[in-house]
Amino acid sequence: MDTFLQQVVSGLATGGIYASLALALVMIYQATDVVNYAQGEMAMFSTYLSWSMMNHGVPYWAAFFATVAIAFVGGVLIQRIIIRPVQSAPVLTIVIVCIGLLTIFNSVAGWIYSYIIQPFPSPFPKEPIRIGRIVLAAHDLGAIGVTLLLLGLIYLFFRFTTLGLAMRAAAQNPASARLAGIRVGWMLAVGWGLAALVGSVAGMMVAPVIFLEPNMMGGILIYAFASATLGGFTSPGGAVVGGFLVGVMENLAGTYVSFIGTSLKLTVALALIVIVLLVKPSGLFGRAVVHRV
Amino acid sequence: MPALLDAEGLEASYGSTTVLHGIAFAVESGGITTILGANGAGKTTTLRAVCGMVKTTGAIRFDGQSIQGRATEDIVRLGIAHVPEGRGTFMTLTVEENLRLGAYTRRGATSLAAEFERVYGYFPVLSERRRQVAGTLSGGEQQMLAVARALMSGPRLLLLDEPSLGLAPLTTREIFRIVRTINREAGVSVLLVEQNASIALDLADHAYLIETGRVVLSGPAGDLRKDENIRRAYLGY
Repeated sequence: MDTFLQQVVSGLATGGIYASLALALVMIYQATDVVNYAQGEMAMFSTYLSWSMMNHGVPYWAAFFATVAIAFVGGVLIQRIIIRPVQSAPVLTIVIVCIGLLTIFNSVAGWIYSYIIQPFPSPFPKEPIRIGRIVLAAHDLGAIGVTLLLLGLIYLFFRFTTLGLAMRAAAQNPASARLAGIRVGWMLAVGWGLAALVGSVAGMMVAPVIFLEPNMMGGILIYAFASATLGGFTSPGGAVVGGFLVGVMENLAGTYVSFIGTSLKLTVALALIVIVLLVKPSGLFGRAVVHRV
Repeated sequence: MPALLDAEGLEASYGSTTVLHGIAFAVESGGITTILGANGAGKTTTLRAVCGMVKTTGAIRFDGQSIQGRATEDIVRLGIAHVPEGRGTFMTLTVEENLRLGAYTRRGATSLAAEFERVYGYFPVLSERRRQVAGTLSGGEQQMLAVARALMSGPRLLLLDEPSLGLAPLTTREIFRIVRTINREAGVSVLLVEQNASIALDLADHAYLIETGRVVLSGPAGDLRKDENIRRAYLGY
């Protein structure tokens, strides 16, 4: 029972990372029908930025917030400069551009920071927290807290601010949003900025666990895809729930199903994607999208 | 009095297909103008041209200022509200959120609460449904929401694209009655595009008839109503 609870908590911690990245994917997908394959590498690159700031003596939280801000601006710029020119191109073109971005971020990170695996600090205490006989890693609890806070703020932003409402409107019906005077192009850019921001937080929260290296987000992105597929690519809330579910399932499967262990964990995520697409393609909370022909 | 909106030699095209072949029309300040025509005549395109939603050449002036070639977002900020074909409702948002979006361009001085009251005054049914998701409204209610959303921007000119489409005659009459009230009470000018010529000519004071992208007839609504050809082709008696 103790092992079970510990595995659930650590599953929730990684699940929060998947949830954040899945949310970033869904935010962009909903606004533009584009899946940003570079989302993980953008997060990785942001994490390196915070790492080099800390190496230059910047305190953790200062580097954290500076990185979040840079990630936002970077996301906006990427949309305006790279994505916007191909916005109305066929989907395949945009997919290739995103994969190009992925490769560029990956190689540039390797070029600047090398492919050597680096430790990344956690802002939370090293000593585990004991509740009765259950031993929980402080970083896991901290990461869950940071993730929930971030997701809560994103929710409040979209639910209660005029900008958030305008972004939802622009995603749902661009033509009508323009008629309401909303600058749809900028809303998409802000969406990319927010997605990059969320991704950067996910990167900084997962790096102490999986260590820092240019390929660190590859596996995480697959889990994020599994989460978004499970929750539904058309449902931001669903993607978040999907993220936590995938995190917990992955951990429990690794612990209790002997042949899976740690080596087949990623396969579980891929199997999940296939199963969801076969059984309920719109995901747990998504709506089936019907296109009028 | 100079026209609030006027167009001259207006051409519009989708890709290589030209839909409007140099039409001219005007909406008087405080007036209601209607553009009649059959399916595919270019009525919707005319409204889209005014709002910069299609590529155009020629002249379009609003309040003496050229708006030809400007971005949709900038044109609506001048005080033009467009109720598009298909109503443009934000289906998954609530009635209230839809209306807040209508008022997106007017942040600041004017109190939104007063604006909500005014618009709910015209459409009491929307007030009852303010927390409801717009996609669950009936067709008539959605058309009311579309007009209400347009009004929230405090427009000087209202563009209506086939408000009668798919609605029961009684609902259509109700919506037209409200448009007339808005025109009289708030002094909002109206450019109405309709297939239902009879009800449009009742509402409008000036009318144009377009066929395949050209104006073939224009004049006071009363005169068009009496016109032999219009009566036979569009009023059906």
